[in-house]
Parts: sequence; C-alpha cells; structure tokens
Amino acid sequence: MESPGIILAFWVLSAITVAGCAMVLVARNLVHALVFLVLAFLGMAGLFLTLSADFLAVAQILIYAGSIAVLMVFAIMLTPLAARDNANSLYLLPALASGLGMAAIVSFVALVTPWAELKGDALAQNDPPTTVAAIGDLLLGRYVLPFEVASVLLFFALLGAIVLVHERGSRESQ
Amino acid sequence: MSSAADRRPATPMARQILEHHSLLSRARALPGEARFVLAVLTLGALVAGAGIGFLVVTGQLDGRWYDLRDLGNATAHFRGWTQRQGIHSAVPYLVTGLLGGIAILSLVGGWLVIGVWAERRLIAKFQIRQGPNRVGPFGLLQPLADAVKLLQKEVLIPIGADKLLFFLPPILIFIPAMLGWGPVPWAPKMSYADLNVGVVYTIAISSLGVLAVFLAGWSSNNHYALLGAMRTVAMMVSYEIPISISLLAIVLFTGSLQLSDIVAWQAQHNVWMIVLLPFGAFTFLFASTAEINRTPNDIGEAESEIVAGFHTEYSGMKAGLFLAVELGNALLVGAMMSTFFFGGYSLFGLERWIPGYLIMGAKTFLVYFGFVWLRATLPRFRLDQLMAFAWKFLIPLSIIQLLFVAVESMVVVQSGLPGIVTIGGSIIANAALTFVGVRAWANAIGYSPKEMASPPIMTNGVGGLRAAEQIRAAS
Repeated sequence: MESPGIILAFWVLSAITVAGCAMVLVARNLVHALVFLVLAFLGMAGLFLTLSADFLAVAQILIYAGSIAVLMVFAIMLTPLAARDNANSLYLLPALASGLGMAAIVSFVALVTPWAELKGDALAQNDPPTTVAAIGDLLLGRYVLPFEVASVLLFFALLGAIVLVHERGSRESQ
Repeated sequence: MSSAADRRPATPMARQILEHHSLLSRARALPGEARFVLAVLTLGALVAGAGIGFLVVTGQLDGRWYDLRDLGNATAHFRGWTQRQGIHSAVPYLVTGLLGGIAILSLVGGWLVIGVWAERRLIAKFQIRQGPNRVGPFGLLQPLADAVKLLQKEVLIPIGADKLLFFLPPILIFIPAMLGWGPVPWAPKMSYADLNVGVVYTIAISSLGVLAVFLAGWSSNNHYALLGAMRTVAMMVSYEIPISISLLAIVLFTGSLQLSDIVAWQAQHNVWMIVLLPFGAFTFLFASTAEINRTPNDIGEAESEIVAGFHTEYSGMKAGLFLAVELGNALLVGAMMSTFFFGGYSLFGLERWIPGYLIMGAKTFLVYFGFVWLRATLPRFRLDQLMAFAWKFLIPLSIIQLLFVAVESMVVVQSGLPGIVTIGGSIIANAALTFVGVRAWANAIGYSPKEMASPPIMTNGVGGLRAAEQIRAAS
C-alpha cells in the first residue's frame, strides 16, 4: 500500500465507484442508472485488484458487471412502469431503510473484524501468488455449509421461476 | 483516359471462371526481370532461414536477448539491465506494457484492414466468384477505400435516440475486444498479462460486450434495433453457460486457471484438448460463434429480417466500429480456441526450433479460416432453434461431460499410472461419451436425424463446380 501508484489507483477507483453510485441515485432514467451501476461495479473490481484479490476482482466483473447487469436489463424491459423516462419512485422509504440497514451491517462487520495489518516484508510473505486455491479450500472446507445453503437457495429460486412462468395448459384442459 | 478503355469489363461469372489463373500460372506469366528478382529473393530467404536454423540448432541463441523464439527473453534481459543500472522497477513494466499494448493494437488493427479483404476474397472463392478486385492489385486497397468512405459519411443520430447511450456503445464494445487479448500466451514466457485467473478473466471480459449490445439497440429507439439487441442479449447470455462449462472441463484436467499453464499442460502431455474433449471443443466453437454474432449464429443481426440488428441506426465510422469489433472478435476467438483446444504455441516439440508466436498465429488464422468456411457454407439458425440448442442440448451434455471429466482428472492425477494409460483412457471415454451421449440425448429430446432431413446436397449436385467444368471443357 506504500507505492504511489497503488495510492493513486485507490483514490481514482474510489472516486469512480462513489460517483457511479451517486449517479445511480440521481439519474431519473432507469437505463442510465443501470449504466452508472455497472461503472460502480467496475470501480469495485479495480479496488479488489489493488488489494491483490485477483479472483474476487474477476468474479466481480463476471457476476455483477456481466450477469447482474443483464438480469436488470431484462427486469427493466419486462416491467411496464419502468419504460422510458420513468420518474416514479414508489418504494422510496423502504429502499432508504433497507439501504441504511445494509450499510450499518457492513460497517459493523468491518469494524469488529480483526484485520491483520501487515507491512513491508511480512506483507510480501503473506501475499499469496493467487487466491483461487485459498478461496476454493475455504468454500469447500470451512464454509461448506453456507456455500451449500446458498446453492440450494439458488436452486429453489430457479425452480420457483419455472413454476411461476409455467403454462398450466394441461390442467385447465381437464 | 486510356485506362477506362483498357480496364477489363465486368464479365459474367462464366467468363470470370475461365479467366481464373492459378498462382503458379501468374508467376510464369511474369516478365524475365521480375522472375529474376523473385528467384534472388527466394534464394536469400532460404539462405537466411538456413543460417537462423543453424544458430538455433547449435544452441548459440540460448539465453541471449536476441533469442527471437520467445520475446519474453528480451523483456527479462531488459528488466535485469534496468536493475543493474539502478533504474526504478516501474520503468521496465511501463515500457514493456506500452510496447505490448501497441503490439496487440497493431495486430488487431492490421487485421481489421487486411481481414475485410481476406474474408471477402475467401468467401468469393467458396462461392465461385471473384470478390473485390477493382481497387488496386487483387483488390487489396478495397478496405482502405471502404474506411475512407466510412470516415467521410455523416454520423446521424436519430431524433428519438438517447444521446448519451447512443454515443457510448461503439466505444464500450471495443474495449473488451482489446482486453481479451491480454492473457493469450504467444510463447512460454511471452504473454501480455499472464493472469492467475486467466480463464475466468476471459469469460468475464466476453460477458461485458452484452451490455454494450443492449445499450446500442435500446438507445436507437428503433424496433429492428431493439429486436436485434434482445435477440443478441438472449443468445449471448445463453451461450455463455456452455462456454464456461466446457472451459471448466479443461481447468479440471490442467488444474490451473492460467492460460500459459493450460498450454504447458498440453505441451507436456503431448495431447491437444480437442482430442481429449471433442464435445467441449465443439461446444466452445459453436457457442463462441453465437457470442461474436457470426454465421451460422448471426440471428441477432440477420440482415434479411431485421436490417442489421442492434446497429441498424448507426452510420459512418460508428457502424464501422461495430463491424470491426466483429472481425477482431473472430480473430480473438481463434486465438482462444487455439490456446484452449489446439495446444497454443506448442507443436509437439517443434516450438523449441520455431518461434512460438508463429505457431500460435498460424493456428489462430486456421481457426479463423474455419469461421470463414462456416460463414460461406451454412445458413443461419432460427432464434428458437438456437436457444433450444443451447438449453436443451449443449448445457445438459456439457454438465454430463463435466462429471465424467471430474472423475477422469482425479484418475489422471492420483492413480500413479503412466500418463499414456490414464490420458488415453480419458480420450476413449470422452470420445465414447460424445458419440453415445449425443445420439442418446438427441433421441431423448425427440430429434431423430433419420426421420428429419434429406441428405445434404453438395455444390456439385446443383451446378456449381460441374457447371464450371463444363464451361471449361466447352471452350
């Protein structure tokens, strides 16, 4: 974290991320908001890169900037109220409340976590060449239960989506 | 004004076929001085090649900075020199980073100029036409003329368009097409950014283009553009899954997400992934043609149905950028295909003598030639056929193959048997899975090739080459 390049990158990427998030709130057009959200996601990926979290950065681009953005595209296209020039904000208070709640939880976790602060040679020694193996070990070892719960949840979400859109033609014809 | 009278008139196809000369006959028809110069040049090239070959075989190049078999050597020497001189360690990174970036840009940019001509000429050959042959010798200056025309054209913005989002997509779509070249290994030590997570990076970068396509279609405020964009987005989202799963199978075998490791594994075991994973290779090839909107999967910009798809409203150089990105992406997929499935820079030990980037380039262009072949041969699929093929066929079979590969890779790594047994067994198992699995699955989802179509009719059957031969014989 000492090198000037990293510090410069941190400030530039933070500015991009924060500006992107602010523009998401300000933009009245939903598709514009989506583009700024993707910008914020990319800034986050850059921040992960400065922390040498290579896998996390690429996963951020793949999942958030790539897939979640496309998911939101479909959501916008399929929602009648969210057509062009939409300016309605129906859920302002619940959105604010849940946003503040999330911010509180994340700040609390960040504050109580005992961060290992390393510098110089100690940092260089503890900086693994790649984080993929470590993440894989943790996901299928220590955190295997949350991992499996998440996959079961996603599987049920998939099933639920299929059930919701399934045409019950055969039952109605009976 | 004599040139107008001398110029060959636009002739019907039959006459053009008659006038078609082979390369050899063209060379024979050259004047004596030109043949002498050509012979001297050829002889010089042969002598120079023999000299370089002698240097390489006797090992006099090993470890020198001018060892051009791997440009990584020069970089390493430059880095060592800057360290000895006490220059800041950021300097070699900056210099080599800039040089590498310029190299990638000029490779792709050069191909955008030559590729238009090459592709049109090749497709013309496939369809027994002449192709562009008016501008310059062999029509070589055609791409330049096209580019000048595109630059001169007015860039129109429709009244109903979203100004900001209409401006962005040509740029947004260009960035991933360049970034994708980063982790491609050109030689053992020669790679622009040899990332630890290269495979995931490749998938992530390719998924960034989807949003640009959607924005282009949405902001145009045009029915055809929006239709094309939604088609393209649906197709790209669907085909990302089989691509990821087939790449995952490779990762299981090689045990690394690093592209250079994947190539090194193939070189070490003397086996190409296309032999080991034939179904994965087919999935990757087919799905990447969908990702980059090329025939047979170019339904997103089907010219005959929805004008040009998501870039209908773009004109001038902006439309040119979309077309250019398409061409560059085809080359990028060729490079990925040769890295993942055709052994990259390795060629069964030959990479010790021949520069790896030449082998890699040759493979890349061969795969690209395959794409042009497909484009010249196949009609396009209907949208529902394409989506059904991805979801009902490619994805389930890819997952089954992934399960097979998971077991096989454990056997390869942990059984302790010699590689020829384990890898050979895997090759047989995967080939059997491909053969049996494809047939069985096709039967299971109710597609039986026997009941469906008539056998394919070759060009010969409907005129084509036979007609050409008859014309030749008649004259």
